[in-house]
Amino acid sequence: MPIQYISTFTVVLEVLSRFWPVWIALLIVMGASFAYKKKLALYGQLFDSGVGIVGVGICLFWLFTAIFAATISPFDPLAQVPIMKDVLPGAIEPQSGLTYLFGGDKLARDVFSRMVYGSQIVLIIAPAATGFALMVGITLGLPAGYYGGKIDTVLSFLANLVLAFPVILLFYLLVTPGIMDTPIPYAMAGVFFLFPIIFFSVLFWTRYKNRPDRLYILLGITLIVGGWIYAGLVFDADPLKIVHIDPNQLNIFVAVVFASSPGVFRIVRGLVMDIKTRDYVAAAQTRGESPWYIMLWEILPNARGPLIVDACLRIGYTTILLGTLGYFGLGLAPESPDWGTAIKDASRLLRSFIHPALPPTIALMSFVLGLNLLADSLREQSMKD
Amino acid sequence: MLSFVIRRLGTMALTMLCLTMVVFFLINLEPNLKKLAISQTEMHTSAEQLESWLVNHGYRQNFFVRYGQWLGVVPKQPVTDPATGKPAQRFSFCNDPVVPTFAGVFEGDFGCSTKFKASVASKLFPALGATGILMFWVLAVMVPISLLIGILAGMREGSRTDRVLSVASIASTATPEYVSGVIFTVIFASWLGWLNGSAASASQGITFYNFTLPVMTLAIYGIGYIARMTRASMVEVMTQQYIRTARLKGLSFGSVVVKHALRNALIAPFTVIMLQFPWLLTGVVIVEVMFRYQGFGYTLVEAAGNNDIDLLLGCSLVSVFIVLITQLISDVGYAFLNPRIRVQ
Repeated sequence: MPIQYISTFTVVLEVLSRFWPVWIALLIVMGASFAYKKKLALYGQLFDSGVGIVGVGICLFWLFTAIFAATISPFDPLAQVPIMKDVLPGAIEPQSGLTYLFGGDKLARDVFSRMVYGSQIVLIIAPAATGFALMVGITLGLPAGYYGGKIDTVLSFLANLVLAFPVILLFYLLVTPGIMDTPIPYAMAGVFFLFPIIFFSVLFWTRYKNRPDRLYILLGITLIVGGWIYAGLVFDADPLKIVHIDPNQLNIFVAVVFASSPGVFRIVRGLVMDIKTRDYVAAAQTRGESPWYIMLWEILPNARGPLIVDACLRIGYTTILLGTLGYFGLGLAPESPDWGTAIKDASRLLRSFIHPALPPTIALMSFVLGLNLLADSLREQSMKD
Repeated sequence: MLSFVIRRLGTMALTMLCLTMVVFFLINLEPNLKKLAISQTEMHTSAEQLESWLVNHGYRQNFFVRYGQWLGVVPKQPVTDPATGKPAQRFSFCNDPVVPTFAGVFEGDFGCSTKFKASVASKLFPALGATGILMFWVLAVMVPISLLIGILAGMREGSRTDRVLSVASIASTATPEYVSGVIFTVIFASWLGWLNGSAASASQGITFYNFTLPVMTLAIYGIGYIARMTRASMVEVMTQQYIRTARLKGLSFGSVVVKHALRNALIAPFTVIMLQFPWLLTGVVIVEVMFRYQGFGYTLVEAAGNNDIDLLLGCSLVSVFIVLITQLISDVGYAFLNPRIRVQ
């Protein structure tokens, strides 16, 4: 039986209608943000410029796509329907009557569903890895910039060591199937995941050390939640089985955090060296505040503008890194629907079929573009103040 | 100035020593050695045979002894032929010594590639040459275009040209090589058929037909970044007092831009261009694999994929050296170009 096709125009309509939960969520969030933009500080100011609106829109679009992936995608991203191998966009799958909107790939999987599910992988790993890199970079960058001297020399040397590694070489060495047999990724995870716990403990300690009623509650929450996530991520020993990460995803995660935290470290260090000469820092020193109080409660809040901009750019860069990993087939499972792996699979067959290559490339590009536009307009807004 | 350069060179040597040791450690992890032994012996070898292959080829010596041998500060021992009991070459295909000799990086011997069955030097340097040609064309395309975009955008901040060019450069920084490579191949090779989607034939002779796509793909990612830096620098220069003075003197806008602003606006992009090299390195790997161009990146991927210890060490040495030397050049060059900055 020959495969039935629907017209290009119908494909476009169907794709748009498939994303219905995203449109509704976008409409609600954007509408609410627009209505209350005066009260939303920096986030609200984003809605003053066209670039900012487009940036927020694209980022939210992919965020909601990741959240509603199961509703949007018509097929299972790993399901193979043999007769649909390499079909062109708009082919109707005879059994279910649903359409392969962007065609099928060489293993007869639905390209559209894979693209939608791919967003989940990217939107979980990239922001989370960036978050951990920020924690590591801030916790080490603050003392390096504030104290200077030996601490600074040693930490800067280590950071430059990692930065001198070409990223691709680092990944070829750190993200291999073999390395999972050694304790290295777990040891690195053990070290990196400790930083958020240290960061928040010190943060609350310095602020509330004279108010035990608040301090014990906050420290308790930090240690319990932090320890719970730590146990789940590093030892895979979460008693409730909620926090869980696959060994190969842990490997990628650790490698990405390792590669991007020196960059954060350098930025934080530079900002701290600049800010510590300000009068309010001198005032705090005269009051007799402890060094860590000054770093975390006087300097860090004043460095937030450039850090937020950097975080946006860094999530985009991490997305590109994840794509690179997928493109070289490192770490992620070969059938994983993430965009990098999909681009790798499709780019080998460009001579015969181009349709499986375009959706993941455009998805990746648009997401990174959205983040960069967001960062650009954030930078512009924070410069106005 | 001289003492600054010497101090930087010292730090550089220390960094390279540390990094090669880390690489050496990671490549010689047990699973990697197993993989190497399996790929180097025939199929279905028992665990004992794999182990004896590793012992025979000197992979079971102390870590620091082996690292010293690679560096050339510890003599390389010949292996003992299990059949005759006499000293023999470790790998017959690249003239390993039969008597203990110092043959390491310091002596100019980069070791032996197990994947290509040749000495590392004979594989690595031609590959570097090929990548050098690619890099030359990339820079020849990337630098003028990005400077032009940056200057045009920064000349009149906030104008329509500025807006359009800024968004275009943001878009280009959001397009990694594996994305632009696929898109360009689809457009220029599959649809239009103007260009070749593979640069494999470029090793024999470079033509417009087979070399444009790799160069374009590599250049596009860097253009946006350099252009934005140039724009920022140009915007800053255009607000300076001397520009206003020149305008008030009655000079035309074009002449102010070319004669007064340009020179000062190009100092910052110089650093950015130099620091772009490490980024290009990752791009080179992607582009060479994507377009099957046999250069440095291709060699690196082959070495890493086959756990070719000496070749991968050679590759990392070269790439780390490139990263560090460009950093040094950018610092020193910046001090030369900008008299207000003095290095201590």
